Amino acid sequence: MSIADPPARADAPEVTRPTVAPSSLSTSAPIKLQARGLNVYYGAKRAVRDVDLDIPANAIMSFIGPSGCGKTSILRCFDRMNDLVPGARVEGTIMLNGEDINGRDILPVEVRRRVGLVFQRPNPFPMTIYDNVAYGPRRHGTSNRAALDEIVESCLGRAALWDEVKDDYRKKSGLSLSGGQQQRLCIARTLATEPDVVLMDEPCSALDPIATLKIEELMADLRARYTIVIVTHNMQQAARVSDRTAFFTMGEDRSGYLVEVGDTSEIFTNPRERLTEDYVSGRFG
Amino acid sequence: MKRTLYADTIATGALWAIAILVVTILGAIILHFLFASVGTISLGFLFGDPSDTSVGGIGPLLWNSIYILVLTLLLTVPLGILGGIYMAEYAGQGPIPNMIRLSQELISSVPSIVVGLFGLALFVNATHWSFTALGGALALSIFNLPLMTRLTEQALRAVPRDERDGSLALGTTKWQTIRHVVLPLAVPGIVTGVILTAGRIFGEAAALLFTSGVATPPHYDYLDFSLGDPRSPWSPFHAATTLSVYIWKLNSEGLGTFVRQISDAAAAVLVIMVLLFNLGARWLGRVLQRRVTGAR
Amino acid sequence: MANSVASIERGKLDRGLTFRERIDPARRITLLAAGAVIALVLMLLVFIAFNGVQIFTASGFSFDAIFNATWNPDSTTAQSFGILPFIAGTVGVMVVAAIIATPLSVGLAIFMAEVAPDWARSVAQPAMEVFVGIPSVVWGWLGITVLVPFLRDDLHGIGFTLGFSWFAGSIVLSLMILPTITSITFDVITSIPAELRSASVALGTTRWQTIRHVVIPAGAAGIMTAIVLGMMRAAGEALAVQMVIGNRGVMPTSLADPMSTLTSEITLDVGNTVAGEPWNQVLWTMGLVLLLMSFGFVLLVRRLGRRRALG
Ligand SMILES: Nc1ncnc2c1ncn2[C@@H]1O[C@H](COP(=O)(O)OP(=O)(O)O)[C@@H](O)[C@H]1O
Ligand SMILES: [Mg+2]
Repeated sequence: MSIADPPARADAPEVTRPTVAPSSLSTSAPIKLQARGLNVYYGAKRAVRDVDLDIPANAIMSFIGPSGCGKTSILRCFDRMNDLVPGARVEGTIMLNGEDINGRDILPVEVRRRVGLVFQRPNPFPMTIYDNVAYGPRRHGTSNRAALDEIVESCLGRAALWDEVKDDYRKKSGLSLSGGQQQRLCIARTLATEPDVVLMDEPCSALDPIATLKIEELMADLRARYTIVIVTHNMQQAARVSDRTAFFTMGEDRSGYLVEVGDTSEIFTNPRERLTEDYVSGRFG
Repeated sequence: MKRTLYADTIATGALWAIAILVVTILGAIILHFLFASVGTISLGFLFGDPSDTSVGGIGPLLWNSIYILVLTLLLTVPLGILGGIYMAEYAGQGPIPNMIRLSQELISSVPSIVVGLFGLALFVNATHWSFTALGGALALSIFNLPLMTRLTEQALRAVPRDERDGSLALGTTKWQTIRHVVLPLAVPGIVTGVILTAGRIFGEAAALLFTSGVATPPHYDYLDFSLGDPRSPWSPFHAATTLSVYIWKLNSEGLGTFVRQISDAAAAVLVIMVLLFNLGARWLGRVLQRRVTGAR
Repeated sequence: MANSVASIERGKLDRGLTFRERIDPARRITLLAAGAVIALVLMLLVFIAFNGVQIFTASGFSFDAIFNATWNPDSTTAQSFGILPFIAGTVGVMVVAAIIATPLSVGLAIFMAEVAPDWARSVAQPAMEVFVGIPSVVWGWLGITVLVPFLRDDLHGIGFTLGFSWFAGSIVLSLMILPTITSITFDVITSIPAELRSASVALGTTRWQTIRHVVIPAGAAGIMTAIVLGMMRAAGEALAVQMVIGNRGVMPTSLADPMSTLTSEITLDVGNTVAGEPWNQVLWTMGLVLLLMSFGFVLLVRRLGRRRALG
C-alpha cells in the first residue's frame, strides 16, 4: 500500500555533483518522478496534452512557460491534488520511485505526504509557528513531545527560518510573520512530513526580491536531500536555481504541452526548439 | 494510517447521517400535515366562517393574516428600503451608523412576546384602539423594519462596484446613481428577501396575541368598505385574529370537538403557505434577475 | 492658456453648490429612515423598564419578594410572586435545546460546506429555508399532537407521566433553532479561505483531519456566535414552548416534569390579569428580564467578534 522507499541517501549525488556545472548529472541521476502520456482535462476542456517527462532525483527542475499553459495543472498531478478539483480529470501514468501513484491500492493521502506542495501564496495555518510545523507529523501519528520538538526545530532550521523565530516560535502566530518568512514556514511545514519530493508553484511570486533570494538559497540547500520541482515565471530564477528546465507552451486548441526539457544551461543558451529560443530570448531581451 | 482512514470514513458517514436525518424530519413534517389535513381542506374550509358545532372554516382568519401581512409590508418596506440605502450607500463607519447597527441587532433580539407586551401598552391601551389589525401590524413592524433595512442593505452591497463607478464616471450625482443604477440592480435581491420575510410575518403569532387579539371573528361583510368602521374587515381598526393565533387559541382553550381536525388543517395551510412563499421568492427572484441583467 | 479658454466657454468648474446640493436631502431622508430604529429601541426599553419596575415602585414589593423561587399568585393566604422558577425554566429549556441542536446543526453545516456533493447541497439548503419558515404555532401543534403523546405513552416508564415537560419544550426548541445555527455556521465555514484546506490536504491529511484540525478551529468563534444566537432565539420563543411545556410555575427539577418559562407565563397570564395589579405588574417584570437577557446576548455576540444578530 505504501510507495517503495526512496533510494538510499548514501549515494545521493550531493558530493559528486560539481557545483559549477549542475547539468552534468542530468542523465546519470535516478529518475524520481516519471510522467507518461499525461493529459489533464477540466470538464470538456483539455488543459494539458500528452506530456512525457522524467524528473531526476536530488535535483531542481524548473517549469517555465506562458501563463495558462498548464504548469500548475501538471504540478498538481504529482501529488494528486487534482483529485479534489471538481470536474478535473487526469489521464496517463505518473511513477514515483517506479510506482504508479494513481494505482488501485495507492492512497492519495500517502502520495501527498511523500510529495509536498508549496503554494504560490504563503498559506500558514492560523496557529503558532510551532503548531504549523507540527501539524503534519501530529496528523500522521507523532504525539511524543520530544520527537515533535526535534522535528519542528530541525525543519525550521532546514527552511532557514530558525534563527529568525527561535525565541518565540511556540507563542507567535504563523500569520504574524512577513510574507517571505511565511513562505519559509510553509516550506518547513512541508518538510516536516518527510517528503521525497517538494513541489513549489511560483513560491516567490508574492515575495519581494530579498525574500526571493532567501528562498532561492534555501532551495540550493534542500537539493541535497530532496527532489525539487519549481514553477516560475522568472526566467533568471529558473536559470539561477535549477539543474534542469522544462519549457511548456500552448497549442492552437489552448491546451498546454511540453516543448522541450533539458539541462538548464542548454535550454537557456542553446535550445533545440525554435519556440523555446523565442520564449527564452524574448524574456531576456 | 489505518486509524485516520477509519476516522475519516466514520466521520463522513456521521455527517451524511445527520443531513439525512434533518431532511427526513422536514419531509416527515410536511407529509404529516398533508395527510392529516387531506379530508378537511376544501374551498368551504378555506373560505368559510369558524363554527363551534362543525369543522367550519378559516376564511376570516386567513383574511386577517393576509391583511396584517400586507399592512406590515406597507409600513416597513418603503421605510426599510430608504434605511437600507442609507446604510449601504451613505453610512460607512462612524458613531451614528454604529448606533444604528447596534439598535438593529437589539431590536431583532427582542422576543416577540415582549414586543407584544409593548404593543399592548402602546397600540391597545394608550391609543384606546383596543385590539386592531393596525396595532398588530405596528407591533410586527417593530422587528420587521430592521430586517427590511438590513435586507436592502445587503442587496445593495451585492451590486458590483463597477456599476457604480461606471455611472459616477459619467458625472451623475450619487443619488442619481443609486436611483437609476444601483437600486434597479438590487431589486431582485430585495424582492426575494421581502417575500421570504413575508412568509415569517404570515406565521407570526406571539406579537399579535395582545395587539390584534384572539377573539373568534364574526361573519365578515367583505363589501363593507367603510375604513373607519371597526366592523368592516377592510378597516385597519377591526379586531383581527390571524390563522396562527387561532391555532394557538383553539389549543389553549382545548375544548371543542373539532380542535384536532381544524388545527391540523390550519397548520397544514400555514406550512403550505411557507412552501409557496419560498418557491415564490425563488421563482420571482430568478425571473427578475433575468430581466434586470437582460435589459442592460 | 488654451485650457482656460475652454473652461470659460463651458462654465467654471467651481460653480458654487446649489441649496439642494448643500442639503443633500436624499442623505437626510434615508438617514431618518435608518435612524428610526434607534428611537424604537429607546422607546421599547423605556416602556418595558417603566412597567417592569412598577411591582417595586408602585406596589412596594421588595427585590427578594420577586426574585425568589415561590410562584403562588392566586393564593389568598400565601400569595407569592417569585419569578425564579421562570428564569430557571427559560435557561433550562434554552441550554438543553442548544445541547441537542448544536451537534446536528454544526454537523449539517459542515456537511453542506465540506462534504455534500452538489445535488445533496441543493436539497439541504432549501430545506433549511423552509425549516426556518415553519411558524411557531405549527411547532407547538406538532409538539402537542406528536411529541407529547409519544413521550407520555412510550416513555411513561422513565417518568414522562404527562408528556408535557422540560424535555418536550427543549426538543421543539432544538428543531426551531436548528436552521439558525446551521445557516450561520455554514456562512462561517464557507468564509474560511480555501488555501487553508489545500494546505492541510497537501500535507497528506484526510478530509476529516482537515475539518477537525483546521476548519473547526478557524471557525470556532463564529460557530460560538451561531450557538449563542440560537440560544437567544430559544430563550425568546413563546408559543411553541408554552404549548408543550406544561406551564407549572415550579423550579425545574426533572427533564420529564412540567415546568414553565418567562415567555410561557407572559403568554398565558397577560390576558387573565388586570393592569395595575401585582400579578400583572410582575409579568412586565418578566418581560423586562427577557429584554435584558436578549440585550445581554447581543452584547455577548458582539464580544465574540461578529455582528450578525440579524437572521
Ligand atoms: N480548476 C480549474 N477549472 C477549470 N479550468 C482550469 C482550472 N484550473 C486551471 N484551469 C485552466 O487550465 C489551464 C491551465 O491552467 P494552469 O495549470 O493554472 O496554468 P499555469 O499554471 O501554467 O498558468 C488554463 O487555461 C486554466 O484556465
Ligand atoms: Mg500557475
